[in-house]
Formats: sequence, structure tokens, C-alpha cells
Amino acid sequence: MPRVVSIFFPDLPTDRIRRADPAIPVEQAIAVISKSGSKRWVSAADAAARKAGVHLGMPAAKAQALFQGLRMIDADLAADAAALERITMWALSQYSPIVAIDAPDGIVMDTEGADHLQGGEERMLTSIANRFRAKGLTARVAIAETWGAANACARAISRETVIVPRGETVRAVEKLPLSLLRLPEKIVGDLRTLGFKTIGELANTPRAPLTLRFGPEIGRRLDQMFGRTPEPIDPIRTAELVEVSRAFAEPIGAAETINKYVARLVVQLVDELQRRGLGVRRADLIVETVDGTRQAIRAGTAKPARDVAWLTKLFKDRTEKIEPGFGIEKMTLVAVMAEPLEEAQKSSLLVEDEVVDLTPLIDIYGNRGQRVYRVAPVASDVPERSVRRIGAASDPVEASWVNHWRRPVRLLARPDQVDVMALLPDHPPVWIMWRGKRRKVKNADGPERIFGEWWERNSEMAAVRDYFVIEDEGGERLWIFRSGDGVDTETGSHKWFVHGVFA
Amino acid sequence: MNSAAASNAVLDSLREQIAHLESASQRKRGVLPFGLAQIDDRLPGGGLAYGALHECAGGGAGTVDGAAAAPFVAGIAARTKGKVVWCLTRPDLFFPALAQAGLHPNRVVFVESDKEEDVLANMEEGLSYGGLGAVIGEIVRLPMAASRRLQLAAEKTGTMALAVRRWRRQTEASDFGQPTAATTRWRVSVIPSEELPVPGVGRARWFLELMRVKAGECAEFEVGACDAEGRIDIFSRSADGQDQAGRSRYSR
Repeated sequence: MPRVVSIFFPDLPTDRIRRADPAIPVEQAIAVISKSGSKRWVSAADAAARKAGVHLGMPAAKAQALFQGLRMIDADLAADAAALERITMWALSQYSPIVAIDAPDGIVMDTEGADHLQGGEERMLTSIANRFRAKGLTARVAIAETWGAANACARAISRETVIVPRGETVRAVEKLPLSLLRLPEKIVGDLRTLGFKTIGELANTPRAPLTLRFGPEIGRRLDQMFGRTPEPIDPIRTAELVEVSRAFAEPIGAAETINKYVARLVVQLVDELQRRGLGVRRADLIVETVDGTRQAIRAGTAKPARDVAWLTKLFKDRTEKIEPGFGIEKMTLVAVMAEPLEEAQKSSLLVEDEVVDLTPLIDIYGNRGQRVYRVAPVASDVPERSVRRIGAASDPVEASWVNHWRRPVRLLARPDQVDVMALLPDHPPVWIMWRGKRRKVKNADGPERIFGEWWERNSEMAAVRDYFVIEDEGGERLWIFRSGDGVDTETGSHKWFVHGVFA
Repeated sequence: MNSAAASNAVLDSLREQIAHLESASQRKRGVLPFGLAQIDDRLPGGGLAYGALHECAGGGAGTVDGAAAAPFVAGIAARTKGKVVWCLTRPDLFFPALAQAGLHPNRVVFVESDKEEDVLANMEEGLSYGGLGAVIGEIVRLPMAASRRLQLAAEKTGTMALAVRRWRRQTEASDFGQPTAATTRWRVSVIPSEELPVPGVGRARWFLELMRVKAGECAEFEVGACDAEGRIDIFSRSADGQDQAGRSRYSR
């Protein structure tokens, strides 16, 4: 069963208008007016307008008469559609290889096997909602096993995200109203007349009379929602995308065959990229099987790449994850994100005394979901702030840590509070009690005073830490500090902590 | 001393014959000397072999932190050429300390994973990529099969593989007794620092045990911790009984 994310934009028309014209103040109520025949009616209203009492379907004249200061803008369906397409293309490059427009006001995407790269489903959904909110778009995000269920849940919820666990589809949708079944309005109306209210009721009714009365549409939508018939998502494409594909008259399934054709597709793709002077940053391999399902493998690179061996390796690493089922009908390789790449990629052959380009290796790790990074110094005296992570493929950083004081090789994530006996203010402890063992301090260095960084946090205005390197009788060396200067309680609690372990 | 030199000549010719029997790729790799006669003499070829797996653990209470083992391998890695891939699951390494052992942050690419098995897979991937100075992995368990895979991958490209064994709790350290395919196995324990004429902590010192070496014998050394170039140095009172005046170091 795939995992399908449905993103619903309830306020797409008004959000689009606000995005296009940032000068509109937040408190300004906006209503979008549609025309059908000679009737002018409200087809969308933003939160401020809804709060004032404007509701959808209200005649435009009435809305204008009732609510002062309501800004009315003519509907522009073409612009809405273009905006949705733009958002969908963006989501394609960000989240998943299989993303499609779920007209008129949503996006649907298959994230099977893509969520672990973003820290699991919950974090992925939250980040999707947050990123759309940051772009000024209200979004409701749902994930479920089928397109139908995700679509219905996204439109039914009032909070931002919902996760329908595997196998819980029926329980999640049975109480939802019929209107979320994606049926024509006429059928929904007629079903209501017959007394049906929820999807669950409809699903528990004998199928034959319904089909006789309304045609196959209801049965099809129900089956799609419960995953009994597949509903493949046809990913969005534009003319600019570099795409190569291969259809098989005789469906293939063996791993070696798949690998062979992947390699050939990569060669074709690289040829095409070469012609356009592009290098690929993200490439998707989409596999369509005979039974109508689509599977996708996405490979990302840290730098634009046009190297056949490199790209082939990225895909071959994971072709074993493809389940060919009854056979593969078609394979498509798309360069979803491409960037200009002028010079030819340097070959990564092993040559003595030549600096080896690690980017392909970094990509292999990255595509496996590992966190790949380098570290760089930060000009900060506070130990836990003096190191930051940078991208593994980023440019070399010249600086290193300038420190004449010794630094521990392991830094505890949270300093461990310890019991000590020490003379204030500037003596190291006589003994400390750490990890259940009492250690007599034989030698010590310090104090090294580290001041709080008041420009980072107000609470560090007066904060001070006095660090000591201590060595016990067995030779174990620890980094301990006292919070505060030992005299003034303003500067800290005067408690002692172990912060690191020396070699 | 003389008899040792004579037997060395015999041993060398024997070693050469064995090397002929082993895979051809391994012969040309060469070694990375410590620059300390006492240690290098104990290692076949006169140093740590490139294209091989070396294991290293902290001794005593340091097994959980691997505190001494980490800068020891960092010092070895610092003396190799090329990038270093460091695979780990627990990101508690404090890089300023490694920089003090001679490792520049630009040279090290960290690969952090959630699972122990991923560390092994990442190490193998790095080793077979080729062109790296060293691949370091912090691991709890190193089964025979996995160590053999790492050894083979290292042999193939001539990259040095360094496994830092560290444990989540003290009791797991008994796993270190299990055999692996590693070419050398080291244990580094902290011992009281060099004595200073004034109060204070002197230069850190380690008790370095060469617990196992292929085609060689075990040995123990007392060494001073890595300096800013990643070199360790040896104290005259070496545990193998030889007492030489002063420090003998003919490093670069």
C-alpha cells in the first residue's frame, strides 16, 4: 500500500491575491466574486471576511450591501490554476517524485519511501504545513493509504495535519460526509435525498441497486478510497523537464534487466543534459508496472552532476527496492531539478596525490538517509556553540579553532551535575562524585573563565562559567565547570558540572 | 640486539614470501609509520598498514566514551593524506579536540546514522570509494563477517580502515575479546599525565597496548598523547623492558 499525502488549500484564491499584492493589510477582508450567467456570487472569502459573516454562495450585491470595507475582486480561475501548478511543480522538486495537481484546490503526492528522509511522517507533514504557511498559503495536510482517503481527510479536518495510520482507512473515513467522496454534485444531492449521510453508510449498502440507479461512479470512488482498485497518480510534467523513458513490449522484472535499462536511461539522460548544458541535482526514476501501480526512486546530488557512473551508482544502489510485481511496462527517468553546469564533470578515478572529489560518495550517503556533514568553527567561547555543522560539499573553511586551552574529546550533550568539595572562589575541587564514583582530584588546571554571551540571550548578561581540567589518581581527565564566579550569586548557581572527557 | 637484527632478515624474507601468496594488491600499499622505532619495529612492514582494518578501543573506564581511542585514531588519520570519513551514531565528538590532534575540520566528513549496521555499511561504502585517507567508524559490535568485509574493502582500494570500539555500557566491552579480521588491534587507556614541576595537568599520557597484530607479537607502550601534528611520542620507561636514555624519536 502506498502512502499518499493530500494537501488542500482552502483559501487558495484569496491567498493568491494577497501574495500577488503584499500591500493589502492583513485585516482587510477579501471576497472573490464569480459570475454565472447574470448572477454574481461570492466564490471565496478569506478568514477576515468569513469572520464578518460573508459566506460562500452569497449574492455579491448582498455581501457588498451588508459588509462595509469588503474588498471584492473578480475571480480569475486561470490564475488560480496557474498558481496551483506552480506550487505543484515546487512540491515535486521538494518532497516526492510523484506529485500531481488535485484540481481545483489541492495537491496529491505519493511519499512512500520518501518520509524517512525528512524524519518520519509526522515531521514531514508539519514541515509541509509550515513551509506553505511561510509562503502565505493556508494548507491542510493529510496522509493516508489511498488518494481518496487522504483527499477526504485533508478536507474534513480543521487542524493542519492528520495522519491516518496503515490499516485504519475505514475507521478514518466512515463518519465523513458524502460530499468528500469526490462524486459529481448531482449524485451527492440525490444520495442525500435518499437519506445517506456518511461514507460509511454508503459503503455498507448493497452495491447492485446503487449501480443500477447511479451508474458505476459510486462503486469506483468507494473502491478507490478503500484501496480495492488502484488509483495511480500521474505526476505533473512540464516541457522544460528533461525526461527520458523506455516502454517495454514485454514487461521486465529481473533485477539485472532493470539495472541494465536504468544504466541505459542514465546515458540517454546525460546526453540530453549535455545538449542543454545542465547538470542534475535531483533525478527521479519512475517505474510503471503492469498492474497499474507507480513506484519511484529519487536520487539527489549535492552538486550539479552529469557523470554517468555517478548517477548510475545512485540508482543501482536502490533498484532492489523496486517490486516488479507482474512486470514493468515503462521506466522513466526525469531530471526534476537541473542547474547549469558548464565544465565537464571531473572523473573520480583514483590518481595518486590528487584531491579526490567526494561529492558522489556524499550523495550515496545522503540518498540512504544518513546525515552527512562537516563541522566548522564558530567564533564563540561557549563550548557547545563553538562548533556548527555545514554541508558536506560546501566550500572549504580556512579557519580552525584557535585555542591554547585543552579541549575534551567527548563533550556531554548536557553537562552532568556533580557533587564536589571545593574552596571558593578559584580553587579546583578536592574530590568529585561522577557516575557513581568518587574521584580524588590529583592535578588540576584552571580556572578558564568563560563569559555568557549577552548578545545571544539576555539571561547570559552576567553568567560566568569557570572551567577546570582535573585529573584523578587513575589518570582520568575530566572537564568540569562551576556555574558562576564563586563570589557573586548573580553570575550563576555555583553548582558544579562535568562537561567533557579528555583523552 | 644483534640476534634480533639477524632474525629480522630471515623474518623479512619469510614475510616477503607470504606477501607473494597474498593478494597482489596488498603488497604495494605500504605502511604509515608512527615514527617511533619501538612501535614501528613491532609492526610488520614498519608501520600501520594501509589498505587494512585496524581496531582500537579505550581501556578501563574509557570504554564507554572511547575517549582516548578517538584522538589516537584521529592522530593516525591526521598523518594520512586525503579526506577522512568518520561514521558514527552518537555525535558527542568535540571537534576542537581533534583539531588539537592535527586533524583539520575540512578534511573530515561525518556520516551520522541511527543504526549500528548503517555505520558498518557506510564504512564499507567509504572504503570501496577509494582515494580517501582513512575511514573511521565508531561501533559497538564488530562481528567477524562484517570485519572481513571491511578488511576486503580496505584491501581493494588501499584505504586505511580504523574502527573505534566504544560501548553503551561497560558490560558490553567483553565483545572486544571476540576475534575479528582486523590486522591490528589496539587498546588505549589513560594514565596519569606527565609530571610538571608546578601544580597542574601535564601532557596527557596513554598506555598503549598492541593486543594483536597479524604476523607479529603483542607489545605495550607508554606514550604521550598526540601533538598538534597527530604524532605520539614514547617515554623512555617503555613497558617492553628496554631502557634507553632519553626519548628516541626519529620522526620527520
